[in-house]
Amino acid sequence: MMTTLVAARISVSPGRVGAVINRNVGALRSGPSYWVVLISGFFEPLLYLLSIGVGVGALVGDLTFDGQTMSYAAFVAPAMLAVSAMSGALAETTFNFFFKLKYMKTFEAVLATPVRPFEIAVGELVWAVIRGSLYTAIFLGFMVAMGLTTVAGALAAFPATVLVGLAFGAVGMWVSTLMRGWQDFDLLGTGQFALFLFSGTFSPVQNYPVGVEILIQLTPLYHAVELVRALCTGIVGPGILVNIAYLAVMGVGGLWLASRRVEKMLCL
Amino acid sequence: MADQSLISARGLVKRFGDFTAVDGIDLEVAPGEAFGFLGPNGAGKSSTMRMIGCVSTPTAGELRILGMDPVRDGTRIRARLGVCPQLDNLDPDLSVRENLTTYARYFGVSRAEARRRADELLEFVQLSDRANGKVEPLSGGMKRRLTIARAMVNEPDLVLLDEPTTGLDPQARHLVWERLFRLKQRGTTLVLTTHYMDEAEQLCDRLVVMDGGKIVAEGSPRALIENYSTAEVVELRFADGLDSNAQYAAKLDGIGERVDPLPDRVLLYADDGDAAVAEVHRRGLSPASVLVRRSTLEDVFLHLTGRTLVD
Ligand SMILES: Nc1ncnc2c1ncn2[C@@H]1O[C@H](COP(=O)(O)OP(=O)(O)OP(=O)(O)O)[C@@H](O)[C@H]1O
Ligand SMILES: [Mg+2]
Repeated sequence: MMTTLVAARISVSPGRVGAVINRNVGALRSGPSYWVVLISGFFEPLLYLLSIGVGVGALVGDLTFDGQTMSYAAFVAPAMLAVSAMSGALAETTFNFFFKLKYMKTFEAVLATPVRPFEIAVGELVWAVIRGSLYTAIFLGFMVAMGLTTVAGALAAFPATVLVGLAFGAVGMWVSTLMRGWQDFDLLGTGQFALFLFSGTFSPVQNYPVGVEILIQLTPLYHAVELVRALCTGIVGPGILVNIAYLAVMGVGGLWLASRRVEKMLCL
Repeated sequence: MADQSLISARGLVKRFGDFTAVDGIDLEVAPGEAFGFLGPNGAGKSSTMRMIGCVSTPTAGELRILGMDPVRDGTRIRARLGVCPQLDNLDPDLSVRENLTTYARYFGVSRAEARRRADELLEFVQLSDRANGKVEPLSGGMKRRLTIARAMVNEPDLVLLDEPTTGLDPQARHLVWERLFRLKQRGTTLVLTTHYMDEAEQLCDRLVVMDGGKIVAEGSPRALIENYSTAEVVELRFADGLDSNAQYAAKLDGIGERVDPLPDRVLLYADDGDAAVAEVHRRGLSPASVLVRRSTLEDVFLHLTGRTLVD
């Protein structure tokens, strides 16, 4: 009985998920404001790469990572790629999702149709990942052009960035169902920035005291950075299985919780 | 026969926490019927509509829509419903036409067919000239018409309209009535809520009056008037102002079936209005104005739901 209930809840119709995505494609054409957000989201990690990766890199010189020597920019670039995948998906499932949920009543209208809460969650997440992947694809192009990874590395890393987008997008969606108002987004932004600084993005985590290192290894962006960096640099160890598992749990768990919350909030 | 009903409810209850919004109602709506809910603010009309629309789960009781169980078959039921909620929830990010085409996609309507239906429906609600415009600049009445059009984009068997014409000007209301009447002629079943008695009389074959989550009366508009009011109503206004209307009412006691003092006038419910007026004069009272009119649903409504708010 329980399993059939769960199955009924998570069975999705591709057509209905497609319709949820279709709505967002339509909204894209609604005006320039969306494009401004879209483009600014792309430039942020690129600017960090140029300023810190290349700028600071000139001071730092090469560094040895897992026994292999590489330029500092080549070390930082995959991290910026992971950040780009994270923030691209998050921008969609937090800000935009919250707005549709709370203010525009978009999902209220959708739930009067055959579409189920879980299908809304899946559609919104896929859309968020499409947006994030647009960033990461272009970013990977830059990395290859700048000699910061190989074409093979880029091709291997791209699916990993999709997984990163799914993981953060899903958890972000769940978090935004818990948001009380816009003030809470400041908190979210701070958290996101802390992750950005302390996830092995700018220096290997081994440089930190052991306690801090372990703490960082529990946070999500660390796993995203580790995975993407391994694939970009070609230094792949069994550890990426842990990274993949961590991100997969985030994706599935976030999606499940988000759709439960949407149902609770709107199907009163 | 419950099997033939599009909507069938037995002891339907909706509670929010320990507040009971819908308190055990029974309903049967037959195919092709236009069925109305009347009732004061907070009576539980929208709560009932949302349960029928399969977006809100009943707390207790039995509910079947289109012969199916809303909890198990919600998706299949909603595929055949058209819903116009009390508050418009159009998509401001989309154009007027896209609001319809996008919505059609949720029902699995193909792109080309969605486009065809959208244009036809925009024509139907007289919004064709705004098709490419945004939703935001539309007037309240235009938005309402667009929401009604959106409710029809899946060619539903059953259309739920929660206060379809609230806030519309008389022209727009008549347009909506006419369109709803045409839908009904095509065999679509309509369920609507309204605060307008003329709307209920115009559109509904049968209606229920809800109050405090319960159904307090049920029948055709005509039957309700016959059962709960008299054929005619006399409206008396007294000018001298020495006595309150309550005191006048005391003096009018026994004329007609019921005397109802309002702050500005006294209503006399009588089957023969002229005879009642004659009796008023015989008692030596000389009202400043006298109006004899037919009873309306409004009289029924006020009688059944009390005057607390209206006073
Ligand atoms: N989600 C909710 N949570 C708590 N109480 C609710 C909720 N929805 C409705 N209610 C309460 O249930 C009662 C009935 O509300 P409902 O919206 O069904 O009334 P209505 O008959 O549609 O009124 P109106 O004519 O004002 O639209 C009200 O007292 C309302 O406050
Ligand atoms: Mg209501």
